[in-house]
Amino acid sequence: MTPASQPIQRPPDAKLLVIEKNGRITHMPRVSFAGLLRPGDLVVANDATALPASLRGVHSPTGWPVEVRLAGRRSLDEVCCFTAIVFGAGDFRSRTEDRPAPPRLKPGDRLTLGPLSGTIERLLDHPRLVDLHLDGPADAIWSGLARHGRPIQYAYVPVPLELWDAWSLVAGTPVAFEPPSAGFALDWRTLERIRSRDAAFATLTHTAGISSTGDMELDLRLPFDEPYRISKSTASAVESARAHGSRIIAIGTTVVRALEHAASQDGRVHAGDGLATQRIGPGSQLRVVDAILTGVHAPGTSHHQLLQAFADGATLRRAGKELDAMSYRTHEFGDSVLIERKPCGNRQATRTRPTL
Amino acid sequence: MQDKSIFPPGASTEETLATHPDAALRVAITGGTSGLGLALVREFLARGASVAFVARGAERVDRVAREHPGAHGIAGDVSAKNDIYPIAVQIAGELGGLDVLINNASDLGPAPLALLGDTDCTEFERALATNVLGPFRLTKALLGALAASARENGAAVVLNISSDAAIDAYPGWGAYGASKAALLHLTRIWNEELASEGVHFVSLDPGDMDTPMHALAVPDGNPAVLKRPETAAREVADAITATLARCVPAGATEGDRR
Repeated sequence: MTPASQPIQRPPDAKLLVIEKNGRITHMPRVSFAGLLRPGDLVVANDATALPASLRGVHSPTGWPVEVRLAGRRSLDEVCCFTAIVFGAGDFRSRTEDRPAPPRLKPGDRLTLGPLSGTIERLLDHPRLVDLHLDGPADAIWSGLARHGRPIQYAYVPVPLELWDAWSLVAGTPVAFEPPSAGFALDWRTLERIRSRDAAFATLTHTAGISSTGDMELDLRLPFDEPYRISKSTASAVESARAHGSRIIAIGTTVVRALEHAASQDGRVHAGDGLATQRIGPGSQLRVVDAILTGVHAPGTSHHQLLQAFADGATLRRAGKELDAMSYRTHEFGDSVLIERKPCGNRQATRTRPTL
Repeated sequence: MQDKSIFPPGASTEETLATHPDAALRVAITGGTSGLGLALVREFLARGASVAFVARGAERVDRVAREHPGAHGIAGDVSAKNDIYPIAVQIAGELGGLDVLINNASDLGPAPLALLGDTDCTEFERALATNVLGPFRLTKALLGALAASARENGAAVVLNISSDAAIDAYPGWGAYGASKAALLHLTRIWNEELASEGVHFVSLDPGDMDTPMHALAVPDGNPAVLKRPETAAREVADAITATLARCVPAGATEGDRR
């Protein structure tokens, strides 16, 4: 598997590997995705887009250059307080693993980040993971982020990303830290096709966090807690689809995290705000989502862990071999995988579902 | 069905906007520091909306924002490609989404007005960049937010300020008229394509108003016979209310609009 190195959201030759719920694997052009839908299916995407969350600046006590990557937040509404990862000199052109450490950080240290400034409130059990409080009223912070911030980016894409490269066509509010990139597969024509197949489309807002910190120890803590918001119309579309035995198809891991967290109380997806704190993996019982359209994820990542709730390890290994053999591209501008959840005891007993 | 969230404050609704800030309609207005744009900022604030406005001059933006507490001022040039996404980040971020976009910022082309044969290409390009490409780019960047609003509330609106010069061929108004004609057609096609998503596109010709742009075009005109921008702003707001009311599907209750 090779990383997609061009920031093109919908390369015309994008591929889709489909894992049916019986484990059968097929390949098709990704533009054919909507053709797999059946009447009644509900496609749910994440309408968050990424903040310009990479901020260059200076650690005031030492004068050393730093790059701050905003990486987490408590709520969708406030824009002053973030969990952030601080890197030393350099930028995305160096692999995150190779980036020099920041100067020794202490609570109370001031950072100057272009037009923005802020204070490190505390260290979070790691020398480069901090709670950061940005100065000023919300509008001034938004203005500073919009002007000075860059999309978080990794070395496998050599050209600097523009804001629009990280902003999917269906994206609404800039509250995430990296783009929920499974949504790059969607365009307005696809939404038209979804509708023409009598399937439905809905969105929720989930603050997709960063996918890599460059530090093994920190990577093990991913994903951080992620706030999300589910509107009344989306919650009712989900419950209505479930009541009719229709499939819920999540566009991306963040949608799975939000919907499954929202249903974790009493099994129903409620409208409102929540904080997705759970880890989804091989042992997780999915209650809401029937299928996921996602990127090509490497084994060992938290994204790949989540896929093991949809398909068993043997099936994913088989798929991995095919992804390699067919030269699928990884990462946010890469190809896609669609996995329909393997049958599991409880739900099968009570619900019958069409196959893909 | 009337939408209560853009009733003026003090209207007889049980929830005041002061205690329920989420109830406000989220409105973005380009060219918001003078003329019709400024009147629109005031009109929507008076109706209890959350308002973000965009204009080129940072100092004027700051001043208008200070003079209108609650309005979010954004400095940016809609004719400049690289300003569009920073503007969109601030609009969608500061308002937490978007229900209504008003593309009001306009460029007259050559001033004083010139015959097409006397019009510099750069002036023509500037009119197209401000009046056509800018609204296209900004609308496209905010389409996801508008469609999300429409899914949640039943409808969202993009209102593009038009002109009779978009339809009639007035000598001397070539750059402006051609660009406004393009914007009018863009609006119509976009409406055909996106009405099914609940995003409705409206063109509105506010008529000849007593604004800085009109003074630029017709320096010796008599302001007394021109429409007040405040009057036009009220008509624009009413048109938006009417579109939202018409397009919110039956069954959606008033409370469904945030």
